[in-house]
Amino acid sequence: MIRLPLVLFLSAALFSTGVYGVLARRNGVLVLMSIELMLNAVNINLVAFGAALHDLTGQVFALFVITVAAAEVGIGLAIVILIYRNRETINVDEVNLLKW
Amino acid sequence: MTWENSAITIATLLPLAGALVIALVPRQYEKGVRALGIVFTGAALVFAIAITFTFDYGASGLQFQLNTSWIPAIDARYHVGIDGISLPLFVLTFVLSFLCAIYTWRVVPKPGKTKAFIGLTLLLETGMAGTFIAFDLILFFVFWELVLVPMYFLIGIWGSSNREYAAIKFFLYTLLGSVFMLLGFLAMFFNSDIGGGVHTFDIVQLQQYAASGGFSHAFQLIVFAAVGLGFAVKVPMWPFHTWLPDAHTEAPTIGSVLLAGVMLKMGAYGFIRIALPILPYGAQKYAPWIGLLAAIAIVYAALACLAQKDLKRLIAFSSVGHMGFVMLGIATLTSIGINAAIFGMVAHGLITGMLFFCVGSLYDRYHTREIAEIGGGVMQKLPYLGGVFAFVAIASLGLPGLAGFWGEVMALLSSYSPAQSLSTPLFRAFMIAGGVGTILTAGYFLWMLQRVNMGTLPEKWKAEAFGDVAAVEWVSWVPLLVGIVVLGLFPSLLTDVTQAPVNSLLGLFGA
Amino acid sequence: MVAAESAESIVKAIHDPSWFLRYSWLIALLPAIAAAFTLFIGKRTPGKGSVYGITALAAALVMSLGVLWTFVGGERGFYEASIPWFQIGQLHMEAGVYVDGLTAVMLVVVTSISLCVHIYSLGYMKGDVRYTWFYVVLSLFTSAMLVVVLANNLFMLLVGWEIMGVCSYLLIGHWWEDHVNSSSAIKAFITTRVGDVPFMFGIFVLVFITGFTTSNIPKISEIVSSGGASVGLVSAAALLLFGGTIGKSAQFPLHVWLPDAMAGPTPVSALIHAATMVAAGVYLVGRLFIVFLDADPVVLQIVAIVAGITMLGAALMAFTQDDIKRVLAYSTISQLAYMIAGMSMGPAGRTGAFFHLFTHAFFKALLFLGSGAVIHAVHSNNMSEMGGLRRRLPITFWTFLIGSLALSGVPPLAGFWSKDELLVVAEHEGHPVLFVVLLVTALLTAFYMTRAVLLTFYGDFRGHGEPHEAPRSMTGVLVALASVTVVAGFVGSPQLGAVFGKWVYFQELEEALFVPWVAVLSTLAALGGILIGYAVYRDYQARDPLRSLGGAYTLVSNKFYIDDVYWKGIVRPIRDDVSSGVYWNDRHVIDGVVNGAAAFTKVVASGVNWFDLKVIDGAVNGLANIAGFTGGLLRYIQSGNVQRYAVFLFTGVVVLAVIFTKI
Repeated sequence: MIRLPLVLFLSAALFSTGVYGVLARRNGVLVLMSIELMLNAVNINLVAFGAALHDLTGQVFALFVITVAAAEVGIGLAIVILIYRNRETINVDEVNLLKW
Repeated sequence: MTWENSAITIATLLPLAGALVIALVPRQYEKGVRALGIVFTGAALVFAIAITFTFDYGASGLQFQLNTSWIPAIDARYHVGIDGISLPLFVLTFVLSFLCAIYTWRVVPKPGKTKAFIGLTLLLETGMAGTFIAFDLILFFVFWELVLVPMYFLIGIWGSSNREYAAIKFFLYTLLGSVFMLLGFLAMFFNSDIGGGVHTFDIVQLQQYAASGGFSHAFQLIVFAAVGLGFAVKVPMWPFHTWLPDAHTEAPTIGSVLLAGVMLKMGAYGFIRIALPILPYGAQKYAPWIGLLAAIAIVYAALACLAQKDLKRLIAFSSVGHMGFVMLGIATLTSIGINAAIFGMVAHGLITGMLFFCVGSLYDRYHTREIAEIGGGVMQKLPYLGGVFAFVAIASLGLPGLAGFWGEVMALLSSYSPAQSLSTPLFRAFMIAGGVGTILTAGYFLWMLQRVNMGTLPEKWKAEAFGDVAAVEWVSWVPLLVGIVVLGLFPSLLTDVTQAPVNSLLGLFGA
Repeated sequence: MVAAESAESIVKAIHDPSWFLRYSWLIALLPAIAAAFTLFIGKRTPGKGSVYGITALAAALVMSLGVLWTFVGGERGFYEASIPWFQIGQLHMEAGVYVDGLTAVMLVVVTSISLCVHIYSLGYMKGDVRYTWFYVVLSLFTSAMLVVVLANNLFMLLVGWEIMGVCSYLLIGHWWEDHVNSSSAIKAFITTRVGDVPFMFGIFVLVFITGFTTSNIPKISEIVSSGGASVGLVSAAALLLFGGTIGKSAQFPLHVWLPDAMAGPTPVSALIHAATMVAAGVYLVGRLFIVFLDADPVVLQIVAIVAGITMLGAALMAFTQDDIKRVLAYSTISQLAYMIAGMSMGPAGRTGAFFHLFTHAFFKALLFLGSGAVIHAVHSNNMSEMGGLRRRLPITFWTFLIGSLALSGVPPLAGFWSKDELLVVAEHEGHPVLFVVLLVTALLTAFYMTRAVLLTFYGDFRGHGEPHEAPRSMTGVLVALASVTVVAGFVGSPQLGAVFGKWVYFQELEEALFVPWVAVLSTLAALGGILIGYAVYRDYQARDPLRSLGGAYTLVSNKFYIDDVYWKGIVRPIRDDVSSGVYWNDRHVIDGVVNGAAAFTKVVASGVNWFDLKVIDGAVNGLANIAGFTGGLLRYIQSGNVQRYAVFLFTGVVVLAVIFTKI
């Protein structure tokens, strides 16, 4: 049995990597993947706490999150592709129409 | 509704009715509109002539009176009437308007719009005629202002190049005077008392109130200045005259004719009808000043005429001089002087109206009014037009035996010995100035004739096919030409009419 | 006054006026009607309208002779009749006639000379561009002159006076195609008007004397002679009236127009500028003589001085003229001054003056018409282009010679008698200075007339072409006038009873005197002038011998520089400079005030507009601007960069987390 704190560290590390990726990377695909990282970090937490507390709710939530994440990545990639078609770039710095 | 109480109202309002009828006629009946103009002014003239036949020339009081309620809220009444002072001017209005309507048959000035042109002329006629019959200050003021609007449009739409400036100047300047005049009227109203603290706008009642010593001296001095300013702008007296040359130069021919022929007389008429009888003390105090301005106007206008290069402007300035003689006559406060003033007004209406017709017709042919442009030789090219022009110019410089003479010479005669309350040496000085003015007047008219009529025709006009005086022009001119001769030979036609009311007016001055 | 007492017996209304007197107003009316006919239907009538004027004047002449016959028959009163004309104030105007012996003489003079000129013009004006118009004005002029003569009141007189002026203007400028002619016409009109204005004021004074009730001449005379007016007023009236005379009769200093008036056709010069209109000034003084007599004596002295200066000056100026008509014009001025000098010598002088007016009218008309015949022949006015015409134009020559001798005062021609009478009066009434001046003028007159005759008719012909005698209509008139000139003097000759003095007299009959030594002296002066003239001009070729006088000649030939002073000192400054100044003042000062007021109003209005836009609306807009500015600053947060939003989000979460953790 792995100890809970270790798992939490892992998830925290994953989450932080994800946050870094979302905030710092310029590539739209990478940003999406970073979001996946963060979601998976959450999933790890959910599973870990579910196991530790002997409660299935955590697992169920994790399943939900995986589903939603799949949908989200689908839409996200579609957006990125569309952006690429229109702008011929997926550099998020250049996609700054959402202002003023 | 009897002839007695409705004739002058009908005559005055007929042109207004004509204007309304013309407004309803479709635009394409161009000639029809002109014909309607002639019909309505003609009908009004018939009424006016009928009035002269039923007029009682012996009486000095008001005739054809109608005095009925009009705007009770402000005590304004519809009080109209006519006496020997207004009759000549009243008839002159209809005569000139009719002749202008005939003259328009030939040509409507650019930019056409015949309907509006004739309609406004008719409206103008109503306003002018109404001024001469109104015996209620508010009614007088309404007619007085009614004249402004059509004339503003006549100058502003049908005028020549600088028309907008001239029209606005004319309108605003006259309006400025009118405002003071209205203030004066209101002051008279609020200071009047016809029993029981009731105020009145009625000129006759105000006159009676004034005769009974109702208005204080200080009041008269102030109000005379206000009312007098309004009239002085209209006359126009020097130095309020500068709107006149501009308005005349820019106005279409018949606008100038009516402006010089009738509108200027409204100012002098106002002095005789309102300012003198209601404010006799003020009149006596201001008479020397009026005389001074008149004397200046005579000499000044004559000198200014010598400097003119534009024919119409020259004649406009000559009007200032002639009205100077009229005002000099009024300023003497004598019977001879005021009779001379009225005579001068009618004569000036005929003569200067005719001069403007001539210049208008010259312009129609030459398309210029510059003396140097025309360059002489009109007598060679257009002998009849040139002849008429010369005749009228000579009439205007005061040839005895023609109408222009009597008004001027009698005004000068009256200033030899003005009313007792006035300074005789002062008025004799004015008389001398007037005499110098007649020399200068002869000078500028003859010089003008030399430069326009005489000499040889410049090459550039030789090929032009100008028609001499057209039939329509003869029809509209002959009455004026005949009038000039007849009034000159038989001045009694006019003096017999004006004598009695002028004498009763002067009763107020103890003369 | 002695005269006034005996006047009672002589100056009275004619008891039983003859038909001619009662219808004397027709004399003035006929030419006017003729003028109207000529104007309206003249061009369509055979003869192009000349027939009306000639017929009317022939009738008028017959009537005038009828009127004169009344007085020849021994009548001594006057006839006055009037109808009311109009009334203005207390002033009653009337239209009426006043006929006495003087009027009768003037009527005959005017109608006869006008008739002559009308007939003469048939030939002279033949083929003229405005032939009909010429006759219109000629007839109208005659009518106006007759009105002046007949008028019984001053305003009617003034009307006729001014209409004459206009006719004169029209006729001087008859050939207005030429600028010089129209300028001369204007000069004539304006110059006479300068005199007419005082004249008009003089009438005012006289009307004032009557209390502004009438301008009737007999009534005014009555008031003046009965002492009903102060001497000051009467003197003022006399001086002012004399202004009219100075203008109309071309006396110094208003003489300048008459020589220039020669620009008109020659018949006009004969009628208007020699015989009739210019004499109207003299007539005026004579008609209102009581005003001059009862005025301060200084007035008549002024009259005498003006006349003296004029007669000598004009006679001198006649010396240097080359234009034959101008010689005659200056001569006219000089002779008019002769008449006016006569007026200044009292009642006897007045009779003499009118006698001279009477004779002068005929011989001067003759001279002018003769010069017209010469001009007609050589097509030039200049004597330098004439000469030797004696044989070519015999009738013209002989008639002109008679006229010249008459003007020079050679007995027994007309001029001798009238000049002699004036000299006698001057001697008899004690005017020694005037006597000398008159005598000298007579000598000068003879001199310049001799010069004119020699230059025109003697020597060799210096012009071009072949001159021919004028047509019958012209020479006939010359002969007629010459015959009158020969005999006219005898009506005033003392040897024959001086009947003229029985027609024209002032209040009492004067005894005509004949002083032999004066007659001899005047004859000597005339002959002397002629001899000197003959001596100087006998060998005339091209250069005027008088030129050797140098500076004096220059001064005189430049008309004493009077014209230049008027033109450069008065007319041109007023016409060009003063008028432009006034107009500049009008445009820039008076209208400047008006336009300035308008401009000021516009400035104030734009100021108000500025205040409204910037201050009041500024406050409103200011609030909005502040909000906008702040928003503008904040908007930089919204970069559109989703990652930056995410940073803010994350930071916020962290901050919240920290805060919540602390709680």
